Amino acid sequence: MTSEAKDHAQLADIFNKDEARVDWHDETLWWVRAKRDKAVHQLPEWEELREAASQIKHNVLSNLNSYLIQFEAQAQANGITVHWAADGAEHNRIVHELIKAEGVTRMVKSKSMLTEECHLNEYLADNGIEVIDSDLGERIVQLAKEPPSHIVLPCIHKKKEEIGDLFHEHLGTPANLSDPQILTEAARVHLRDTFLTRKVALTGVNFAIAETGEFVVCTNEGNADMGAHLANVHIASMGIEKLIPQRKHLGIFLRLLTRSATGQPITTYSSHFKKPRPGQQMHLVLVDNGRTVQLGREDFRNSLKCIRCGACMNTCPVYRRSGGHSYHTAVAGPIGSILAPNLDMKKYADLPFASTLCGSCTNVCPVKINIHEQLYKWRQVIVQEGHAPALKKVSMQAMTWTLGSPSVYRAAGKMGRWVMKYAPFAINNGFNPWYKQRDMPEPPKESFGEWYRKNR
Amino acid sequence: MTDREKILAAVAQNQPESSPLPNISFFKGDEAGIVEKYINVLTTIGGQVIQVSGYDDIAAWITEHYSADQRLITALPDLKTAAKLFEPVTTGHELADVDLAVIRGHFGVAENGAIWITEELMGHRSLPFIAQHVAVVFNKSDIVPTMHEAYLRIGETEYGFGTFISGPSKTADIEQSLVLGAHGARSMTVFLLG
Amino acid sequence: MRVGLFIPCYVDQFYPGAAIATLQLLEKLGVDVAYPAGQTCCGQPMANSGFEHLTHGCNELFIKNFDGFDYIVAPSGSCVLHVRDHLHDEHQEDKAKDIRDKVYELTTFLTDILKVKSLPAKFPYKVGMHQSCHGQRGLHISSMSELVAPSFSKPGSLLAMVEGIDIVPLNRIDECCGFGGTFCVAEEAVSAKMGKDRIDDHLEHGAEYITGVDMSCLMHMEGLLKRRGSKVKVLHIAEILNGIN
Repeated sequence: MTSEAKDHAQLADIFNKDEARVDWHDETLWWVRAKRDKAVHQLPEWEELREAASQIKHNVLSNLNSYLIQFEAQAQANGITVHWAADGAEHNRIVHELIKAEGVTRMVKSKSMLTEECHLNEYLADNGIEVIDSDLGERIVQLAKEPPSHIVLPCIHKKKEEIGDLFHEHLGTPANLSDPQILTEAARVHLRDTFLTRKVALTGVNFAIAETGEFVVCTNEGNADMGAHLANVHIASMGIEKLIPQRKHLGIFLRLLTRSATGQPITTYSSHFKKPRPGQQMHLVLVDNGRTVQLGREDFRNSLKCIRCGACMNTCPVYRRSGGHSYHTAVAGPIGSILAPNLDMKKYADLPFASTLCGSCTNVCPVKINIHEQLYKWRQVIVQEGHAPALKKVSMQAMTWTLGSPSVYRAAGKMGRWVMKYAPFAINNGFNPWYKQRDMPEPPKESFGEWYRKNR
Repeated sequence: MTDREKILAAVAQNQPESSPLPNISFFKGDEAGIVEKYINVLTTIGGQVIQVSGYDDIAAWITEHYSADQRLITALPDLKTAAKLFEPVTTGHELADVDLAVIRGHFGVAENGAIWITEELMGHRSLPFIAQHVAVVFNKSDIVPTMHEAYLRIGETEYGFGTFISGPSKTADIEQSLVLGAHGARSMTVFLLG
Repeated sequence: MRVGLFIPCYVDQFYPGAAIATLQLLEKLGVDVAYPAGQTCCGQPMANSGFEHLTHGCNELFIKNFDGFDYIVAPSGSCVLHVRDHLHDEHQEDKAKDIRDKVYELTTFLTDILKVKSLPAKFPYKVGMHQSCHGQRGLHISSMSELVAPSFSKPGSLLAMVEGIDIVPLNRIDECCGFGGTFCVAEEAVSAKMGKDRIDDHLEHGAEYITGVDMSCLMHMEGLLKRRGSKVKVLHIAEILNGIN
C-alpha cells in the first residue's frame, strides 16, 4: 500500500481536500460523542465508575501473572482449550492450525481488533483460507478492501451511496441503493447464509474473568453469537490485558463500555461463554504481541487498561477531521497513537504528534487512561530514540539557543517583527504552512519588554 | 521456552507492584419506579413490553400475531397451545427457519432493559439469535435496578452459556442510521408476568 | 504581595497589548507587580515537540527570573500549565518546585487569590468565549463538557462582572481550536480546519469579538478571520477585564 509511506499529516492533508466530506465525518462522530454525553450525564455516579474501573484494571495489570494462570486453569476446567501466542505470527499460525484440523477452508469472524493488529485475514488468505467478517461495518470495509477506520464504527468514513455500490458489485443488489434499512437487510440475507455454512467461527473477547474462566463478547448485531453457536469450532482471540478479576466487576465495565462507545445503556447482546456446547470445541488464544513490553514501560502501561470503546476517537477533534485511515494502524485515534509506537516506534513516530494535546480523550476515557499525557511522553521518547525529522532537530536547537539567552532573544524578536513588517513576502508565502490559510499577526511597534522599559 | 512460559515470565518481570481491588459494594441503583423504568428503557431501544397476568394472555397474543403456517417454538410448556414445544436439536441449523422463539428469562435490568438468560432456558444456544423474532417471559417482580444488582443476583451460579439480551438485534454501521434486525432477532417482545 | 509578571514570548513579541492590559489590571487591583526583564520563554514549544531535554536553559533562566516572588502570574493557561507540569532543575529542584506551586494563570489568580468580586469595566459587545484547552482541561479553570461534574468557569465569572457584555452561546462549548503549538504548521490542514470550524461556531452566534485566556489560540483564529476578511476581532480576556475605551 502506498499510503503506508505517508505520515499522518500527509494523509490528513489528502482527507481535507474534500471539505464537505470532512464536515460530514466530523458531524457524524460528534453526534456519537453527544449521545455519549447524554447517556453519561444520566448517571450521577459516572466519575466514580470510571475511577473504580481504572483501579480494577490497575489491579489486573499489577497481578497479571497470577490472573493469567488462574484464568487458564478455570477455562481448562470448563472445557476450553487455551493457547498462548507471543506475537501476531504465532496467533495466526495457531488459528490456521485449528482451521486445518477441522478440514475446512472457510471461516466466519466477528469483530476483533486484535486480529486486525495481527493481520490475520491477510495471513489466512495467503494460506488459502477465506475469512468473512460478519460485523456489518467490517463486512463493508472488507468488500472495499480497506481496513476499518474506527474500532467500533468500522465504516464510519463510508457514505451510504458508496456502500450501495459495493453491495451492487459484490452481493448483487440492484444498482443505486442507499437506504440503510434495505442495505442492512441485504447483508443480513448474505451473512445468514455464511453463518449457516461455516464450521469454524472466530470472535474477539471484550472481557475474560480470571475467577471463572469465562469470557464475554458484546455485539449489537448478534453476529458473534450467530457464528459461535452454529460452528463446530469457536476460536476466541484475546489480548492478555482483557482479563478482569471477578464476575461482579462486569457490572462496572458493562455499564461503562457502551455508554462511552455509542451512548447506549448496554449492547443488545452481552454473551458469557463459559463452556463449549456439547460436541463443540472452544479455543481461546491469549496473545501478547508487545503487551508485556508496554507493561514494562511505566509511563505507558496504563494504555493496557483500554476496553476499546472508541470514545477517544469520537471526541478527538483531530480524528474527526483526519479520518481513521490517516493513522495508518489497526487502532486509530488517540488510543492508537499511544499503543502503536510500542509496536514499531519508527513506523508510528508521527502518531503522537497528530494531536493538539487538548485532553478531551483523557476526559472521556472510561478507564481514565491519561492519553494526552502519554502522547506528550511518547514525543519525548521518540525524539530521544532518534526518530525526529532532521529539519525539526535543527529548528529546535536554534529555538533553544535563542530562548536560552535574553539578549539573543531580544535581537531575534526585533528581527522577527521587522521582517514581518517590512518584508512580508519573506514569511507570507506558500512555503510557510502558517500562511497557507492564515494571516500573520500584525507586527506591533514595540515588544512588551520595550514598552515596559519606557513606561515603568 | 514455550510461548506460555515466555509470556508469563515477561509479565512477571514487567508488572508493577500489586495494587488492591477497589470496594465496589457502594454502587447501588434506585428501586423506585423500577417497572416503569424498565419498560421505558426497553421501549426506547426498540423492544416491546407487554404486561400480562398469566400464560393465557401470552398464548392469545402469539395466536393473534402469528399464523399457523409459521414456525413458532417455545421452551415453556405453559405455552404449548400457542407454539410448538422445543425438542432437542443436534445443531442450531435445524432452527434456521424459526419465526418466533418464546423463552423464559431470569430477570430484567431496569437501567438498560436487558434480560439475563442462561442456556438451559434457551433450548439451544442459538435459538434467541437465529429466530426471526424473539419473546421473553419473566416476572415483573424480577427486575433489578442496575448491572451491579444483576451480578449480585447471578452470583456464582453455574452456566455453560449466559447472555444479557436488550432489545432486537441492531446496527448503525451505515452512516449511524439505526436499523433493527441486523443478524439476530428482528424484534424482541417482553412479557412481564404478574 | 509581590507578583512577578510572566509574559509568554509570543505575547511579548506580537501582542504587547494583552501584556500591558494584564499589568495595568493587576496594578489597578493593588498588586505590586514587577516584570523581570531577563525572561524569554517557558520552553513549551520545545517540550511539546518532544525536545523537553533541551529546555534546561529555559528552566534555569525562568527560575533565575522568578525566584523570590510571592506569586507568578501570566496571561496564558498554556504556558502556566507547562511550568506547573514540567519545570524542573536538578541543581535547584526545591526552587523549581516552589515556582511550580506559585505560578498562576491570570483569571485563576483573580478569582482564587485576589478573590475579585467586581471590576470597573464596560464592554457592550457580543463576545464569544473560547475555552483554551490547556487552561480548561489542564488547569481546570472551567468545568469540562466530558465530565459529570458541577459547571463553573473562572474566566466566565469575571466576564460576568463586565458591564454591557453579551456572551454568546456556542454549539460546541469547549472544542479545541487546533492551534496546538507546532501542530499548527506540522498538521496544517487539520489545524486550519479545526480553527475554521471553531470560528464558524462563534460567527453563527453573532460574536463581534472572540476572547479567551490564551493568545496563542486567538492568534490562530485571528489569522483565519483576517484571511476571510472578517470584521470579528480577537481580544485577550485581560484587555476586556482591564476595560477598553
